[in-house]
Amino acid sequence: MTAVTAPRAVTPALLDQDWRSVGKWGGLCGLAIVLVSLIGMPVGLDSRTLVEGRLSLGYLALVWLPVVFGYVVSKRVVLEGVETPDPGLRDVVAGLCCGIVAGLGPALLILGLDNWNLRKPLVNWSPKLLELLTYDRGIGYGVAAWIITCAVLAALGSMLHVVPASVRRFVSYAVMGALLLSVLESAIVDLSEGFGLESLTDAIYAKRGGLTVTSTIILGVVIGGLSLLTKGRVKSATNRYRQMEGAERQRTSIVLFIVVAAVCVVLPMFLGTIMNELLANVGLFLLLALGLNIVVGLAGILDLGYVAFFAVGGYTTAVLTSSQSPWFHPEWHFGIVLLAVVVMAAITGLVIGAPVIRMRGDYLAIVTLGFGEIIRLLFLSDWLKPYFGGAQGITNVPPVDFGFALVKGTDPRSVFYLVLAFCALAIYVSWRLQASRLGRAWMAIREDEQVAEAMGINTVNTKLMAFVVGAILASFSGAILAAKVGSIFPNSFMILVSIIILVVVIVGGMGNIVGVLVGSVVLIGVLGGPRQPGLLQEFQSFKLLIYGALLVFMMLKRPEGLVPSARRSQELHQEEYLQDAWLKGEDHDQEEAEAQAEAVAHAPAGVEGEGDPS
Amino acid sequence: MSHLLEIQDLKVTFGGLDALSGLNFHVDEGEIVSVIGPNGAGKTTFFNTISGLVEPAEGDILFEGESVLGLDPHQVTDLGIARTFQNVRLFPNMTILENVMVSQHCRTSQLVFGALFQTKAFKQEEREIRKRAEEVLGFFGSRLIGYRMEQPAFALSYANRRRLEIARAMATQPRLLLLDEPVAGMNPMETAELTGLIGQLRTEWGFTIVMIEHDMKVVRDVSDRVVVLDHGVPIAQGSYDEVSTNPDVIEAYLGRPVEAGA
Ligand SMILES: Nc1ncnc2c1ncn2[C@@H]1O[C@H](COP(=O)(O)OP(=O)(O)OP(=O)(O)O)[C@@H](O)[C@H]1O
Ligand SMILES: [Mg+2]
Repeated sequence: MTAVTAPRAVTPALLDQDWRSVGKWGGLCGLAIVLVSLIGMPVGLDSRTLVEGRLSLGYLALVWLPVVFGYVVSKRVVLEGVETPDPGLRDVVAGLCCGIVAGLGPALLILGLDNWNLRKPLVNWSPKLLELLTYDRGIGYGVAAWIITCAVLAALGSMLHVVPASVRRFVSYAVMGALLLSVLESAIVDLSEGFGLESLTDAIYAKRGGLTVTSTIILGVVIGGLSLLTKGRVKSATNRYRQMEGAERQRTSIVLFIVVAAVCVVLPMFLGTIMNELLANVGLFLLLALGLNIVVGLAGILDLGYVAFFAVGGYTTAVLTSSQSPWFHPEWHFGIVLLAVVVMAAITGLVIGAPVIRMRGDYLAIVTLGFGEIIRLLFLSDWLKPYFGGAQGITNVPPVDFGFALVKGTDPRSVFYLVLAFCALAIYVSWRLQASRLGRAWMAIREDEQVAEAMGINTVNTKLMAFVVGAILASFSGAILAAKVGSIFPNSFMILVSIIILVVVIVGGMGNIVGVLVGSVVLIGVLGGPRQPGLLQEFQSFKLLIYGALLVFMMLKRPEGLVPSARRSQELHQEEYLQDAWLKGEDHDQEEAEAQAEAVAHAPAGVEGEGDPS
Repeated sequence: MSHLLEIQDLKVTFGGLDALSGLNFHVDEGEIVSVIGPNGAGKTTFFNTISGLVEPAEGDILFEGESVLGLDPHQVTDLGIARTFQNVRLFPNMTILENVMVSQHCRTSQLVFGALFQTKAFKQEEREIRKRAEEVLGFFGSRLIGYRMEQPAFALSYANRRRLEIARAMATQPRLLLLDEPVAGMNPMETAELTGLIGQLRTEWGFTIVMIEHDMKVVRDVSDRVVVLDHGVPIAQGSYDEVSTNPDVIEAYLGRPVEAGA
């Protein structure tokens, strides 16, 4: 044994690299940089400063690539039972080489930009881009600068493997924290204004936006330091919570609930109009996502026409409350209208559901996609124009008057509170149903429809029920939208809405309430909804691209979503050997118990590791 | 008195191939009947036909004197016929407890209202479902209870998956239990243990059992009667001893080139 492993223990020569992989990743990175440049991100996002005078969002869109690719290229696949040499200088060399190859991408782009004009097919092939890439200092400087920058950044990325774990933690938290603070500038400024802490933010942020250089360094160090102090605390706290039993757990849960509720109620009071508007939008989409989560996440019905129910809720409200409704205008109170909304949503759910529910997988997805579009086109059509106003929609939807409070679009805070109440309701409904006879039947259908049927579940009725419950939640969201905007148009119900909600559910974590919550906050709050701007308003025109890239990435690397339920992450990442433990001998029960205990111990790791840039 | 299960001239075809033809037999209350035959003989198809997953071309299946043909699989289960699958088909991402709880669906009735308002009836029913689930899981000793109840089914060992399949079928509170190769893939110790349990399923739980099995020792030890299928045709019926000495059966198993069995 020792004779075989001895030569491996020696540090391999620095240039003994896997050149294929270095070339592959370097090339990919270079391509990615060129692609990002050509879709216009650097130019479009350059106006948003992150660190005063040093870094704009436009440059950030490019420079994160070599870091990540450097990290990836020197990452080792650790095989069980095979000795791998410790990470060392050799890996940094790999990163460096990868970076040099990557740097050729932007370098060639600069040369190309300088020599040819391809503006016709490529809109962003502009002198502005050239100026940006060369830092306005000439071609030679630009080419050299990019190769060097990429090499250095990739080497830095690969160094993350080499340095001790605590340094890695410090650096990644410091960088991520500082970036987050600069990206969330508008939210933080708004919040601190609410609390009367303008002086604090004035000190941190430069006048024309972005963190100042000194504050970036200070904040980075502080955040990195904090990350070292809190290391493992979060994990052990969640573990402790998980292990609590009976009364103690109940008490802790109640305290947690009160804290969360208090934050949700109090925080908006300190926020300005823009932030409240943003929160209200997040809430509207959260409500939709919670509904879709029941349909897709629990019952496994891939409904791509979910926006139909959103539209039905909106139009029902508009018709029944607006004085401008062209055909029928009883001008009822919102409270009564909600009942009508529930009835209409349930009817639509049944009408759309009954024919499609017997179809399987892909067919169902396509047909629902069609239904979603049909509903919008019906509202848009000339045929129904006398009833729903066609393209002009229905205007003058009155604000909601609760007597003690008025909910209207110009006061986003009130809208947020209304949305909050409905989201709480939706969360309650999802939570209770999940742990009920019906919820279990939904899950069984999602797992294996044929077996579920053979085990005595009437799959048609049960799936229809999921469809209807989802429809009702979506229609609530539509009702609030109508009251918030004050009018309703067919164009608010594009197919894109269905897609984006689906992405929220998938990225957040299917079948998981917390996941859906995180998904909507992150995606809708930061990137923005189909029409609603998020915190990163600059991303407006790249939003769909990012949604798509994120979806692909998640499907490949983290199919269980951002916040996996402990169970699903086990399923997707567990070694197969558990299943075949019985092959190994008589006493497999023991082994199995150990392996499972281990799996449980590992399960929460996925949630804790969010901050790592892996 | 009519039989619990009666098969009359059953014929099943898959695009010209007769998977089953001219099958006639019956099962009485309290019996354990084994169905054996070489691979591809049509045994699983027979179960699929009873449980409503496959439509027969001819013939009839009577359960307690009533035809079950044309019923949906869940209605068949509702009548009191439960089954396991040869290629273990659990609900892998649900916990072991949930697997057994969900199969009591057709014996329970609470819907949305009860769950949302946590009514007395709802809580009572949930308690009963859980109690019954634990009872059924407890049938297999300590293997499926305790901390394991909260584990997802995919984490179980192969033998335990087979046990959970049986537990899940038991939880539907059937009168007739169809077991498709219950000991396949188990080691001799586990097989012996399960053989004993199958006997208990009749004596203690009062189930009537039809079992498909390749392991002749198990067949011999538990069955009152054996039906032998070959190419979809019943070639022999009777006690184990009668059947195992029947020349046709021996030929079906041994006297033929192997590829003809496919
Ligand atoms: N859904 C189907 N479509 C077409 N042919 C089928 C189908 N199901 C089964 N068959 C065919 O019917 C015949 C009987 O299959 P069946 O699965 O019932 O055999 P079996 O006796 O259970 O065999 P084994 O011992 O291997 O489980 C086989 O030839 C099989 O290929
Ligand atoms: Mg079979």
